[in-house]
Amino acid sequence: MKTCLVVDDSSVIRKVARRILEDLDFEIFEAEDGKEALESCAAQMPDAVLLDWNMPVMDGLDFLMELRKLEGGANPKVIFCTTENDVAHIAKAIRAGANEYIMKPFDRDIVEAKLQEVGLI
Amino acid sequence: MTPQEYSFLQGFLKEKSGLVLSNDKQYLIESRLMPIARKAGLQTISELIGKLKGFGDRTLQTAVVEAMTTNESFFFRDKTPFEHFVDTIVPHLVETRKRGRVRIWCAAASTGQEPYSLAMSLKENASKLGGLSFEIIATDISHEVLEKAKAGFYSQFEVQRGLPVQLLLKYFTQHGEMWQIAPEIRSMVTYKPFNLLESFSAMGQFDVIFCRNVLIYFDQATKTDIMQRLAKQMPDDGYLLLGAAETVVGLTDAFQAVPGKRGLYCNARGAAGKTASPTQPKIAVGQSAQSNFGSRALGAGQTVAKPSVFSSSRLSSIPGGRK
Repeated sequence: MKTCLVVDDSSVIRKVARRILEDLDFEIFEAEDGKEALESCAAQMPDAVLLDWNMPVMDGLDFLMELRKLEGGANPKVIFCTTENDVAHIAKAIRAGANEYIMKPFDRDIVEAKLQEVGLI
Repeated sequence: MTPQEYSFLQGFLKEKSGLVLSNDKQYLIESRLMPIARKAGLQTISELIGKLKGFGDRTLQTAVVEAMTTNESFFFRDKTPFEHFVDTIVPHLVETRKRGRVRIWCAAASTGQEPYSLAMSLKENASKLGGLSFEIIATDISHEVLEKAKAGFYSQFEVQRGLPVQLLLKYFTQHGEMWQIAPEIRSMVTYKPFNLLESFSAMGQFDVIFCRNVLIYFDQATKTDIMQRLAKQMPDDGYLLLGAAETVVGLTDAFQAVPGKRGLYCNARGAAGKTASPTQPKIAVGQSAQSNFGSRALGAGQTVAKPSVFSSSRLSSIPGGRK
Protein backbone atom coordinates (compact mmCIF):
# COMPACT_ATOMS: atom_id res chain seq x y z
CA MET A 1 0.00 0.00 0.00
CA LYS A 2 1.34 3.45 -0.92
CA THR A 3 1.75 6.04 1.79
CA CYS A 4 0.80 9.71 1.85
CA LEU A 5 1.71 12.33 4.43
CA VAL A 6 -0.99 14.98 4.75
CA VAL A 7 0.48 18.23 6.06
CA ASP A 8 -2.05 20.90 7.03
CA ASP A 9 -2.74 22.90 10.17
CA SER A 10 -6.49 22.50 9.62
CA SER A 11 -7.86 19.30 11.14
CA VAL A 12 -10.88 19.59 8.83
CA ILE A 13 -8.70 19.60 5.71
CA ARG A 14 -6.66 16.67 7.04
CA LYS A 15 -9.87 14.75 7.69
CA VAL A 16 -11.25 15.44 4.20
CA ALA A 17 -7.91 14.55 2.57
CA ARG A 18 -7.65 11.36 4.65
CA ARG A 19 -11.10 10.24 3.52
CA ILE A 20 -10.27 10.81 -0.16
CA LEU A 21 -6.80 9.25 0.01
CA GLU A 22 -7.92 6.19 1.98
CA ASP A 23 -10.59 5.66 -0.65
CA LEU A 24 -7.76 5.70 -3.21
CA ASP A 25 -5.96 2.97 -1.22
CA PHE A 26 -3.31 5.10 0.45
CA GLU A 27 -2.06 4.67 4.01
CA ILE A 28 -2.17 8.09 5.66
CA PHE A 29 0.13 9.90 8.06
CA GLU A 30 -0.66 13.38 9.31
CA ALA A 31 1.35 16.42 10.39
CA GLU A 32 0.17 19.86 11.53
CA ASP A 33 3.15 21.87 10.29
CA GLY A 34 6.38 21.61 8.30
CA LYS A 35 8.57 20.74 11.29
CA GLU A 36 6.35 17.86 12.35
CA ALA A 37 6.23 16.73 8.71
CA LEU A 38 10.03 16.69 8.46
CA GLU A 39 10.24 14.51 11.58
CA SER A 40 7.68 12.16 10.07
CA CYS A 41 9.66 11.95 6.80
CA ALA A 42 12.92 11.32 8.66
CA ALA A 43 11.25 8.37 10.41
CA GLN A 44 9.55 7.03 7.30
CA MET A 45 9.71 8.56 3.83
CA PRO A 46 6.22 8.56 2.28
CA ASP A 47 5.40 8.02 -1.40
CA ALA A 48 3.45 11.27 -1.54
CA VAL A 49 3.07 14.46 0.44
CA LEU A 50 -0.08 16.56 0.25
CA LEU A 51 1.21 19.90 1.45
CA ASP A 52 -0.40 23.11 2.67
CA TRP A 53 1.53 26.35 2.17
CA ASN A 54 0.69 28.58 5.14
CA MET A 55 1.28 26.83 8.45
CA PRO A 56 2.72 27.85 11.84
CA VAL A 57 6.26 26.88 12.91
CA MET A 58 7.44 25.93 9.41
CA ASP A 59 5.53 26.65 6.19
CA GLY A 60 5.11 24.33 3.22
CA LEU A 61 7.78 25.89 1.04
CA ASP A 62 10.47 25.71 3.74
CA PHE A 63 9.45 22.12 4.47
CA LEU A 64 9.78 21.21 0.79
CA MET A 65 13.27 22.68 0.51
CA GLU A 66 14.39 20.88 3.69
CA LEU A 67 12.75 17.63 2.58
CA ARG A 68 14.69 17.57 -0.67
CA LYS A 69 17.96 17.76 1.33
CA LEU A 70 17.14 14.65 3.37
CA GLU A 71 18.44 11.21 2.38
CA GLY A 72 15.70 9.78 0.16
CA GLY A 73 13.97 13.15 0.24
CA ALA A 74 13.99 13.47 -3.52
CA ASN A 75 11.67 10.50 -3.85
CA PRO A 76 8.29 11.60 -2.45
CA LYS A 77 5.93 13.19 -4.93
CA VAL A 78 5.00 16.51 -3.38
CA ILE A 79 1.63 18.00 -4.24
CA PHE A 80 0.95 21.43 -2.84
CA CYS A 81 -2.65 21.86 -1.70
CA THR A 82 -3.22 25.48 -0.82
CA THR A 83 -5.31 28.61 -1.09
CA GLU A 84 -2.29 30.40 -2.60
CA ASN A 85 -3.91 30.19 -6.02
CA ASP A 86 -1.89 32.60 -8.14
CA VAL A 87 0.66 31.99 -10.86
CA ALA A 88 3.56 33.41 -8.84
CA HIS A 89 3.03 30.94 -5.98
CA ILE A 90 2.52 28.01 -8.35
CA ALA A 91 5.71 28.81 -10.25
CA LYS A 92 7.64 29.25 -6.99
CA ALA A 93 6.46 25.85 -5.74
CA ILE A 94 7.43 24.09 -8.97
CA ARG A 95 10.86 25.74 -8.95
CA ALA A 96 11.35 24.56 -5.35
CA GLY A 97 10.72 20.97 -6.39
CA ALA A 98 6.97 20.41 -6.07
CA ASN A 99 5.62 17.84 -8.50
CA GLU A 100 2.04 19.08 -8.71
CA TYR A 101 -0.23 21.78 -7.36
CA ILE A 102 -3.81 21.74 -6.10
CA MET A 103 -5.67 25.01 -5.65
CA LYS A 104 -8.19 24.88 -2.81
CA PRO A 105 -11.06 24.18 -2.73
CA PHE A 106 -10.50 20.70 -4.08
CA ASP A 107 -12.50 17.54 -4.54
CA ARG A 108 -11.82 13.83 -4.99
CA ASP A 109 -11.53 14.09 -8.79
CA ILE A 110 -8.77 16.67 -8.53
CA VAL A 111 -6.77 14.71 -5.95
CA GLU A 112 -7.11 11.57 -8.05
CA ALA A 113 -6.09 13.41 -11.23
CA LYS A 114 -3.00 14.86 -9.58
CA LEU A 115 -1.95 11.50 -8.11
CA GLN A 116 -2.31 10.02 -11.60
CA GLU A 117 -0.26 12.87 -12.98
CA VAL A 118 2.64 12.08 -10.66
CA GLY A 119 2.35 8.36 -11.43
CA LEU A 120 1.15 7.10 -8.05
CA ILE A 121 -2.15 5.66 -9.26
CA MET B 1 -43.94 15.38 -15.60
CA THR B 2 -46.27 12.68 -16.88
CA PRO B 3 -45.02 9.49 -18.59
CA GLN B 4 -46.54 10.84 -21.80
CA GLU B 5 -44.55 14.05 -21.52
CA TYR B 6 -41.32 12.11 -20.88
CA SER B 7 -42.08 9.92 -23.86
CA PHE B 8 -42.59 13.03 -26.01
CA LEU B 9 -39.24 14.40 -24.82
CA GLN B 10 -37.53 11.10 -25.70
CA GLY B 11 -38.92 11.24 -29.23
CA PHE B 12 -38.12 14.93 -29.63
CA LEU B 13 -34.45 14.49 -28.62
CA LYS B 14 -34.03 11.38 -30.78
CA GLU B 15 -35.37 13.23 -33.81
CA LYS B 16 -33.40 16.44 -33.29
CA SER B 17 -30.05 15.13 -32.07
CA GLY B 18 -30.05 11.34 -32.15
CA LEU B 19 -29.78 11.32 -28.36
CA VAL B 20 -31.34 8.26 -26.79
CA LEU B 21 -32.78 9.28 -23.45
CA SER B 22 -33.28 6.05 -21.54
CA ASN B 23 -36.15 5.59 -19.09
CA ASP B 24 -33.85 6.01 -16.08
CA LYS B 25 -32.75 9.55 -16.95
CA GLN B 26 -35.76 11.42 -15.59
CA TYR B 27 -33.56 12.84 -12.82
CA LEU B 28 -31.67 14.88 -15.43
CA ILE B 29 -34.75 16.70 -16.66
CA GLU B 30 -35.31 18.99 -13.68
CA SER B 31 -31.70 20.20 -13.35
CA ARG B 32 -31.12 20.71 -17.05
CA LEU B 33 -34.46 21.99 -18.30
CA MET B 34 -35.80 24.10 -15.42
CA PRO B 35 -33.29 26.91 -16.10
CA ILE B 36 -34.48 27.00 -19.71
CA ALA B 37 -38.13 26.98 -18.67
CA ARG B 38 -37.56 29.89 -16.26
CA LYS B 39 -35.64 31.85 -18.88
CA ALA B 40 -38.62 31.43 -21.22
CA GLY B 41 -40.99 32.67 -18.52
CA LEU B 42 -42.46 29.23 -17.87
CA GLN B 43 -43.16 27.80 -14.44
CA THR B 44 -42.91 24.04 -15.01
CA ILE B 45 -41.32 21.40 -17.21
CA SER B 46 -44.84 20.49 -18.37
CA GLU B 47 -45.31 24.02 -19.69
CA LEU B 48 -41.97 23.78 -21.46
CA ILE B 49 -42.95 20.52 -23.11
CA GLY B 50 -46.25 22.09 -24.12
CA LYS B 51 -44.28 24.84 -25.89
CA LEU B 52 -42.04 22.27 -27.61
CA LYS B 53 -45.14 20.54 -28.97
CA GLY B 54 -46.17 23.76 -30.66
CA PHE B 55 -44.59 24.87 -33.91
CA GLY B 56 -42.09 27.57 -34.68
CA ASP B 57 -40.11 28.14 -31.46
CA ARG B 58 -36.76 27.05 -32.87
CA THR B 59 -34.82 28.93 -30.19
CA LEU B 60 -36.51 26.99 -27.41
CA GLN B 61 -36.04 23.70 -29.27
CA THR B 62 -32.33 24.39 -29.72
CA ALA B 63 -31.93 25.35 -26.06
CA VAL B 64 -33.52 22.09 -24.91
CA VAL B 65 -31.37 19.98 -27.25
CA GLU B 66 -28.22 21.78 -26.12
CA ALA B 67 -29.05 21.43 -22.44
CA MET B 68 -29.66 17.69 -22.74
CA THR B 69 -26.61 16.94 -24.91
CA THR B 70 -24.01 18.96 -23.01
CA ASN B 71 -21.53 16.70 -21.27
CA GLU B 72 -18.67 17.14 -18.89
CA SER B 73 -15.23 17.33 -20.40
CA PHE B 74 -11.74 17.81 -19.05
CA PHE B 75 -8.22 18.25 -20.32
CA PHE B 76 -6.34 15.12 -21.47
CA ARG B 77 -9.37 13.01 -20.59
CA ASP B 78 -8.38 9.36 -20.14
CA LYS B 79 -4.79 10.27 -21.12
CA THR B 80 -4.20 7.25 -23.39
CA PRO B 81 -5.87 8.76 -26.50
CA PHE B 82 -3.37 11.61 -26.34
CA GLU B 83 -0.54 9.15 -25.79
CA HIS B 84 -1.72 7.25 -28.89
CA PHE B 85 -1.81 10.51 -30.80
CA VAL B 86 1.73 11.54 -29.87
CA ASP B 87 3.36 8.11 -29.81
CA THR B 88 1.62 6.31 -32.66
CA ILE B 89 -0.40 8.55 -34.94
CA VAL B 90 1.98 11.49 -35.33
CA PRO B 91 5.04 9.30 -36.09
CA HIS B 92 2.98 7.37 -38.65
CA LEU B 93 1.81 10.57 -40.34
CA VAL B 94 5.32 12.07 -40.33
CA GLU B 95 6.64 8.89 -41.93
CA THR B 96 3.95 8.49 -44.57
CA ARG B 97 2.95 12.07 -45.41
CA LYS B 98 6.39 13.73 -45.15
CA ARG B 99 4.86 17.16 -45.70
CA GLY B 100 1.52 18.87 -46.17
CA ARG B 101 -1.52 19.39 -43.97
CA VAL B 102 -2.94 16.86 -41.53
CA ARG B 103 -6.61 17.37 -40.69
CA ILE B 104 -7.96 16.36 -37.29
CA TRP B 105 -11.64 16.36 -36.37
CA CYS B 106 -12.85 16.50 -32.78
CA ALA B 107 -16.43 15.46 -33.44
CA ALA B 108 -17.87 16.19 -29.99
CA ALA B 109 -15.66 19.00 -28.79
CA SER B 110 -17.93 20.23 -26.00
CA THR B 111 -16.22 23.13 -24.17
CA GLY B 112 -12.92 22.70 -25.99
CA GLN B 113 -10.77 20.70 -23.59
CA GLU B 114 -10.15 17.90 -26.11
CA PRO B 115 -9.09 20.03 -29.11
CA TYR B 116 -6.98 22.26 -26.86
CA SER B 117 -5.32 19.18 -25.33
CA LEU B 118 -4.42 18.11 -28.87
CA ALA B 119 -3.15 21.58 -29.71
CA MET B 120 -0.97 21.61 -26.59
CA SER B 121 0.30 18.12 -27.46
CA LEU B 122 1.33 19.42 -30.88
CA LYS B 123 3.07 22.46 -29.37
CA GLU B 124 4.92 20.29 -26.87
CA ASN B 125 6.07 18.00 -29.66
CA ALA B 126 6.78 20.63 -32.30
CA SER B 127 10.22 19.22 -33.03
CA LYS B 128 8.75 15.84 -33.99
CA LEU B 129 6.22 17.01 -36.58
CA GLY B 130 8.55 16.97 -39.57
CA GLY B 131 7.22 18.93 -42.52
CA LEU B 132 3.61 18.59 -41.46
CA SER B 133 1.16 21.27 -40.47
CA PHE B 134 -1.94 20.41 -38.46
CA GLU B 135 -5.48 21.69 -38.70
CA ILE B 136 -7.88 20.92 -35.84
CA ILE B 137 -11.60 21.21 -36.60
CA ALA B 138 -13.77 21.00 -33.50
CA THR B 139 -17.51 20.54 -33.74
CA ASP B 140 -20.41 20.16 -31.36
CA ILE B 141 -24.16 20.30 -31.67
CA SER B 142 -24.33 22.98 -28.96
CA HIS B 143 -23.66 26.58 -29.96
CA GLU B 144 -23.41 27.51 -26.29
CA VAL B 145 -20.53 25.17 -25.48
CA LEU B 146 -18.71 26.21 -28.66
CA GLU B 147 -18.86 29.85 -27.59
CA LYS B 148 -17.30 28.88 -24.27
CA ALA B 149 -14.68 26.82 -26.10
CA LYS B 150 -13.77 29.72 -28.40
CA ALA B 151 -13.36 32.10 -25.47
CA GLY B 152 -11.10 29.57 -23.78
CA PHE B 153 -11.93 30.50 -20.19
CA TYR B 154 -11.89 27.71 -17.61
CA SER B 155 -12.60 27.60 -13.90
CA GLN B 156 -10.08 26.60 -11.28
CA PHE B 157 -11.78 23.20 -11.04
CA GLU B 158 -11.65 22.66 -14.80
CA VAL B 159 -7.92 23.40 -15.14
CA GLN B 160 -7.09 20.99 -12.33
CA ARG B 161 -8.71 17.90 -13.83
CA GLY B 162 -6.17 16.26 -16.10
CA LEU B 163 -4.04 19.28 -16.94
CA PRO B 164 -0.45 18.98 -15.68
CA VAL B 165 0.54 22.07 -13.69
CA GLN B 166 3.49 22.73 -16.02
CA LEU B 167 1.09 23.11 -18.95
CA LEU B 168 -1.16 25.35 -16.87
CA LEU B 169 1.78 27.66 -16.22
CA LYS B 170 2.93 27.54 -19.81
CA TYR B 171 -0.31 27.97 -21.75
CA PHE B 172 -2.80 29.74 -19.48
CA THR B 173 -3.22 33.25 -18.13
CA GLN B 174 -4.98 33.82 -14.85
CA HIS B 175 -7.94 36.23 -14.72
CA GLY B 176 -9.17 36.24 -11.13
CA GLU B 177 -10.58 32.77 -10.50
CA MET B 178 -10.65 31.92 -14.19
CA TRP B 179 -7.85 30.77 -16.48
CA GLN B 180 -7.73 31.56 -20.19
CA ILE B 181 -5.86 29.41 -22.63
CA ALA B 182 -3.23 31.22 -24.70
CA PRO B 183 -4.09 32.77 -28.08
CA GLU B 184 -1.37 30.64 -29.72
CA ILE B 185 -3.32 27.50 -28.67
CA ARG B 186 -6.78 28.93 -29.39
CA SER B 187 -5.71 29.89 -32.90
CA MET B 188 -4.85 26.27 -33.68
CA VAL B 189 -8.51 25.19 -33.38
CA THR B 190 -11.44 26.05 -35.66
CA TYR B 191 -14.90 25.61 -34.12
CA LYS B 192 -18.06 24.83 -36.05
CA PRO B 193 -21.55 23.87 -34.89
CA PHE B 194 -22.41 20.48 -36.33
CA ASN B 195 -24.96 17.72 -35.75
CA LEU B 196 -23.55 14.22 -36.25
CA LEU B 197 -26.87 13.14 -37.75
CA GLU B 198 -26.27 15.46 -40.72
CA SER B 199 -24.28 14.59 -43.83
CA PHE B 200 -20.48 14.71 -43.40
CA SER B 201 -19.84 15.46 -47.07
CA ALA B 202 -19.18 19.18 -46.55
CA MET B 203 -16.67 18.45 -43.79
CA GLY B 204 -14.00 17.12 -46.14
CA GLN B 205 -11.43 14.41 -45.40
CA PHE B 206 -9.75 13.88 -42.03
CA ASP B 207 -6.60 11.92 -41.20
CA VAL B 208 -7.60 11.57 -37.56
CA ILE B 209 -11.04 11.67 -35.97
CA PHE B 210 -11.62 11.94 -32.23
CA CYS B 211 -15.22 10.85 -31.65
CA ARG B 212 -15.14 10.17 -27.95
CA ASN B 213 -17.88 9.80 -25.37
CA VAL B 214 -20.68 10.80 -27.70
CA LEU B 215 -21.68 7.57 -29.48
CA ILE B 216 -22.74 6.11 -26.13
CA TYR B 217 -25.77 8.40 -26.26
CA PHE B 218 -27.02 6.99 -29.59
CA ASP B 219 -28.87 3.77 -30.35
CA GLN B 220 -27.09 0.91 -32.13
CA ALA B 221 -28.33 1.77 -35.61
CA THR B 222 -27.28 5.41 -35.29
CA LYS B 223 -23.84 4.41 -33.93
CA THR B 224 -23.31 2.12 -36.90
CA ASP B 225 -24.46 4.75 -39.36
CA ILE B 226 -22.17 7.43 -37.89
CA MET B 227 -19.11 5.16 -37.80
CA GLN B 228 -19.61 4.00 -41.36
CA ARG B 229 -19.92 7.59 -42.53
CA LEU B 230 -16.85 8.59 -40.51
CA ALA B 231 -14.83 5.90 -42.32
CA LYS B 232 -15.77 7.50 -45.63
CA GLN B 233 -14.31 10.82 -44.48
CA MET B 234 -10.87 9.27 -44.00
CA PRO B 235 -7.99 8.11 -46.16
CA ASP B 236 -7.17 4.41 -46.03
CA ASP B 237 -4.69 4.92 -43.20
CA GLY B 238 -6.92 7.21 -41.18
CA TYR B 239 -7.35 6.80 -37.45
CA LEU B 240 -10.44 6.90 -35.24
CA LEU B 241 -10.33 7.37 -31.48
CA LEU B 242 -13.30 6.36 -29.36
CA GLY B 243 -14.06 6.81 -25.66
CA ALA B 244 -13.07 4.32 -23.00
CA ALA B 245 -16.58 2.84 -22.88
CA GLU B 246 -17.04 2.70 -26.65
CA THR B 247 -16.15 0.14 -29.30
CA VAL B 248 -16.72 -0.73 -32.95
CA VAL B 249 -17.22 -4.39 -32.11
CA GLY B 250 -20.62 -5.62 -33.22
CA LEU B 251 -21.39 -2.30 -34.89
CA THR B 252 -19.27 -1.97 -38.01
CA ASP B 253 -16.42 -3.55 -39.94
CA ALA B 254 -15.33 -0.16 -41.24
CA PHE B 255 -12.69 0.11 -38.50
CA GLN B 256 -10.24 -2.30 -36.93
CA ALA B 257 -8.83 -2.02 -33.44
CA VAL B 258 -5.09 -1.29 -33.36
CA PRO B 259 -3.64 -4.09 -31.22
CA GLY B 260 -2.45 -3.01 -27.80
CA LYS B 261 -3.80 0.53 -28.23
CA ARG B 262 -7.06 0.78 -26.36
CA GLY B 263 -9.56 3.12 -27.99
CA LEU B 264 -7.53 3.47 -31.21
CA TYR B 265 -8.93 2.18 -34.48
CA CYS B 266 -7.62 2.28 -38.03
CA ASN B 267 -9.62 2.39 -41.21
CA ALA B 268 -10.32 -1.19 -42.29
CA ARG B 269 -9.69 -0.24 -45.94
CA GLY B 270 -6.07 0.48 -45.08
CA ALA B 271 -5.69 -2.47 -42.74
CA ALA B 272 -6.99 -4.94 -45.36
CA GLY B 273 -4.10 -6.75 -47.01
CA LYS B 274 -1.64 -5.52 -44.41
CA THR B 275 -2.74 -7.82 -41.60
CA ALA B 276 0.18 -9.02 -39.55
CA SER B 277 0.97 -12.69 -40.14
CA PRO B 278 1.12 -14.96 -37.10
CA THR B 279 4.86 -15.41 -37.66
CA GLN B 280 5.70 -11.74 -37.50
CA PRO B 281 7.92 -10.81 -34.58
CA LYS B 282 6.58 -9.05 -31.56
CA ILE B 283 8.00 -5.75 -30.49
CA ALA B 284 8.42 -4.33 -27.03
CA VAL B 285 6.22 -1.28 -27.15
CA GLY B 286 7.19 0.04 -23.75
CA GLN B 287 10.85 0.09 -24.76
CA SER B 288 10.48 1.99 -27.98
CA ALA B 289 7.35 4.04 -27.73
CA GLN B 290 7.34 5.80 -24.42
CA SER B 291 4.65 8.29 -23.81
CA ASN B 292 5.06 11.98 -23.54
CA PHE B 293 2.46 12.04 -20.80
CA GLY B 294 3.67 9.10 -18.73
CA SER B 295 3.78 5.64 -20.23
CA ARG B 296 1.15 3.83 -18.23
CA ALA B 297 -0.93 2.29 -20.98
CA LEU B 298 1.73 -0.36 -21.52
CA GLY B 299 4.62 -0.92 -19.20
CA ALA B 300 8.19 -1.40 -20.32
CA GLY B 301 8.75 -4.89 -21.59
CA GLN B 302 5.10 -5.61 -22.28
CA THR B 303 4.66 -6.90 -25.77
CA VAL B 304 1.89 -6.69 -28.27
CA ALA B 305 1.49 -8.12 -31.71
CA LYS B 306 3.05 -5.76 -34.21
CA PRO B 307 0.34 -3.38 -35.44
CA SER B 308 -0.39 -3.99 -39.07
CA VAL B 309 -0.17 -0.38 -40.14
CA PHE B 310 3.21 0.40 -38.62
CA SER B 311 6.71 -0.60 -39.47
CA SER B 312 9.15 -1.27 -36.67
CA SER B 313 11.27 1.59 -37.97
CA ARG B 314 8.39 3.95 -37.33
CA LEU B 315 7.98 2.76 -33.80
CA SER B 316 11.67 2.80 -33.05
CA SER B 317 11.89 6.35 -34.29
CA ILE B 318 9.48 7.59 -31.66
CA PRO B 319 11.39 9.64 -29.15
CA GLY B 320 10.39 9.06 -25.55
CA GLY B 321 10.71 11.15 -22.46
CA ARG B 322 8.52 13.50 -20.59
CA LYS B 323 8.58 17.23 -21.07
